[in-house]
Amino acid sequence: MSEVLLEARRIGKRFGGVQALKDVSLTIKRGEIYGLIGPNGAGKTTLFNVFTGLYPRDSGEVLFAGSPLSLASPHSVAAAGIARTFQNIRLFGNMTAQENVMVGRHVRTRAGVFGAILRTRAERAEEAGIRRRAAELLHYVGIADRADDLARHLSYGDQRRLEIARALATDPKLLALDEPAAGMNATETAALRCLIEGLRKDGLTVLLIEHDVKLVMGLCDRVAVLDYGEKIAEDAPDAVRANPKVIEAYLGTDH
Amino acid sequence: MKTTRSGVSEKANACESRRYAVAKSHRERVGLVLVAVALMALPFVLASAGTAWVRITNFAVLFVLLSLGLNIVVGFAGLLDLGYIAFYAVGAYVYALLASPHFGLHLPFWIILPIGAAVACLAGIVLGAPTLRLRGDYLAIVTLGFGEIVRIFMNNLSSPVNLTNGPKGINRIDPFQIGPLKFSASDTFGSLIFSGPIKYYYFLLLVLLAVIVINRRLQDSRIGRAWVAIREDEIAAKAGGINTRNIKLLAFAMGASFGGIAGGMFAAIQGFVSPESFILNESIMVLAMVVLGGMGNIWGVIAGAALLSFVPELLRYTVEPAQRALFGKLLVDPEVLRMLVFGLALVLTMRFRPAGLWPETRHRRELNEGRV
Amino acid sequence: MDILLQQIINGLTTGSVYAVVALGYTMVYGVIQLINFAHGEVVMIGAMVAFSVITALAGSNLPPLVIVLAGVMAAVPACMLMGFLLERVAYRPLRHAPRLAPLITAIGMSIILQHLALLVWGRNPLAFPQIIDNRVFGIGGAAISSVQIAIILMSLAMMAGLSWFVYRTRFGIAIRATAENVHVAGLMGVNADRVIAATFIIGAGLGAVAGVMYGSYYGIAHYTMGFNLGLKAFSAAVLGGIGNIAGAMLGGILLGLVEALGTGYVGELTDLCTWPMAHGWLGERCADGGHFVLFGSNYQDVFAFLTLILVLVFRPSGLLGERVSERA
Repeated sequence: MSEVLLEARRIGKRFGGVQALKDVSLTIKRGEIYGLIGPNGAGKTTLFNVFTGLYPRDSGEVLFAGSPLSLASPHSVAAAGIARTFQNIRLFGNMTAQENVMVGRHVRTRAGVFGAILRTRAERAEEAGIRRRAAELLHYVGIADRADDLARHLSYGDQRRLEIARALATDPKLLALDEPAAGMNATETAALRCLIEGLRKDGLTVLLIEHDVKLVMGLCDRVAVLDYGEKIAEDAPDAVRANPKVIEAYLGTDH
Repeated sequence: MKTTRSGVSEKANACESRRYAVAKSHRERVGLVLVAVALMALPFVLASAGTAWVRITNFAVLFVLLSLGLNIVVGFAGLLDLGYIAFYAVGAYVYALLASPHFGLHLPFWIILPIGAAVACLAGIVLGAPTLRLRGDYLAIVTLGFGEIVRIFMNNLSSPVNLTNGPKGINRIDPFQIGPLKFSASDTFGSLIFSGPIKYYYFLLLVLLAVIVINRRLQDSRIGRAWVAIREDEIAAKAGGINTRNIKLLAFAMGASFGGIAGGMFAAIQGFVSPESFILNESIMVLAMVVLGGMGNIWGVIAGAALLSFVPELLRYTVEPAQRALFGKLLVDPEVLRMLVFGLALVLTMRFRPAGLWPETRHRRELNEGRV
Repeated sequence: MDILLQQIINGLTTGSVYAVVALGYTMVYGVIQLINFAHGEVVMIGAMVAFSVITALAGSNLPPLVIVLAGVMAAVPACMLMGFLLERVAYRPLRHAPRLAPLITAIGMSIILQHLALLVWGRNPLAFPQIIDNRVFGIGGAAISSVQIAIILMSLAMMAGLSWFVYRTRFGIAIRATAENVHVAGLMGVNADRVIAATFIIGAGLGAVAGVMYGSYYGIAHYTMGFNLGLKAFSAAVLGGIGNIAGAMLGGILLGLVEALGTGYVGELTDLCTWPMAHGWLGERCADGGHFVLFGSNYQDVFAFLTLILVLVFRPSGLLGERVSERA
């Protein structure tokens, strides 16, 4: 088993006249928390959407767990083992928290229409398994007591947790979190930090896009910095912090 | 509905019981038995008021079946289908062609109904495959166009080769027959007279029961959750690993199959089909039943379909006498007044209960975000 | 006679009517994303009101043109009032309701309007009085009537007028701003309620004229005429990209042309007897000038819908519609 989980080679993406990503290459190692930061509009979310198959890329390739990743459709990316959350939380609002997580099990289960109609033994066993796993995950992220509430009735912080639980339900090798701390207060952020650290302890690889530089620097093993669609640094947090290019990108320079 | 209980395992058990038991409490069980007895006795009560009412009830059950089929597409998966009646038409014509003097074929109904379902299912896939990436209202107009195309073909496929007999329709369609039991004739058991419509009624009731069970099971399954997930947020569903195209296609195919079965029974019960039974207005009517009753909620949909089937008929029988009693003469053609009241009922219901008369209680699903 | 040119002229005529009706759908949709299913009935009421006025005045000594204008002048405000009431009664209370609720009220209103018209104007088709001498001119081997010329010119004028209104006036800017983003437009001081009501009123006014044009072109008015016309116009709006004003015009004219050309040619093209492979039993049927037409002109509506479906399959947001990219 190689040490590298995901390797992106020279990813390019343009929207009309704007080159959103220019030859971005990066590698994410197994078991690490990899941070992706950059000023607004630097291309973080675009890169994220390319990795998860929501946007087709214009050039470059992605190797995931040793084999080329088909980015043709988001669901095949999820099947390959990349799960994600969204910057502006996207839950199934009128389903219960439990059901939201159960939907996440879809890609790892097989029951079809006939199984459901006939309630076959296999289907019942699978369904029970889905339910059990969903309950476990809700417990894991700490919202087991909200299992039967509609997702849209959950508090903001709990919605973030639910989204993570739903992503975890797909048994990902890589969990990609798009600005999970956005809009959170200090207490919620601290709790989130504990949760992500717990994920690392359990051996999961995490890709973290974040605005909150403090959170990223404190949490990540390595950090990449994007600016105007280009990667300007990729290193351990302390080294990145000291990188003059990064300072320039964040603070600007006087000419 | 908020339930505050504690402990994960207990909650899981609660879900299990909701899943496997329809009647949880004693009271509910008694209620179900009462409903069953009432439904069994209903045709004889109605027959005393005239066989016409049994027929009306049968057509109402057909519409309930159609609404449950459409509910899969619109209510569960959130795909607005304005051409649903096309699948009903396909089922009806399959039955008509395979069991009438038109081609001289007389296959038994239990062979034709599955064929009709399969053909309708295929039609659903043919329609769905190229169009499912369209969004909301675009999908609506495409399905509407598809429905019209099917009807126009049925209207015109009498030349150059006479397939459908055109606008004249197909006559003398075989009724159901199980061994010696003919659904067209009356049988007497003791003092009970089982007329043709009454036999069809019991058959329909059986089919309805099966369809309700299938719907409930689907709703609480992996596939059913995927449908609702797509309805709630398609992008999140995709990112969560759902092959949205296939799952949507499945919704179309399932809905279409139900429509096809209902269509076959319609052809047999009526003994005659023509394109006129499958105009756009019928699609709209079925959609109105689903929305009015409460999308996504099986019981609401059933109630909506029953209501919209019976209210116009009741009005038909009350409007004229009421006018005569009030004014001593007919002021307004009862047919027109009936439609006016019907239109007004639609407007007022939506005005005061925009989520339908019986929205889903557990989820109270709002079906997409509010407007503006 | 030049069939191609003739069908183009006929197609342009019906297409212009579709386009004007489609504007009513598209404006409302652009602002509140609602399919105003009752719009076709408003058009029908316009035709009916004009019919009544023109019939009443037909016996008088007024010049024919004045009579027709009087019909239009009566129909337009009547329909505008109807559009206003429709929005107030059926749609405004439901603006925050689930998405399909207003669709059902629209269907309800459509049933109500149709049957009210049935009460007032009766069940039978009404012969639209042809009081203007309908002269026919020959151009390049085809014929064009003065009614056709009038319809095409009036439609063009209305479309130009609406474009000017929407793109050049303050209120037009308010409409476009509301279509772009209701909340932001509200913050900028646009009264969304007024804008929404205005789109209904303007659409209904245009629809009234379209109703008169349709009635005088086909020579009849009937209480069910709004349904099919509305359906076509709505298809046209979607074809062009619903919510887009130029798209509605393009879609309408295109749909008219497709229908006319399909009707004119597909029958001939799908007559298997004209194909080289007409042997055997087919050859027997074709002998002595026989025909084996697969799809004749009675498939007119199929051509229209197939075009619509094909366009949407390849351009899911219509011809001129914005490409809605999936935003994560």
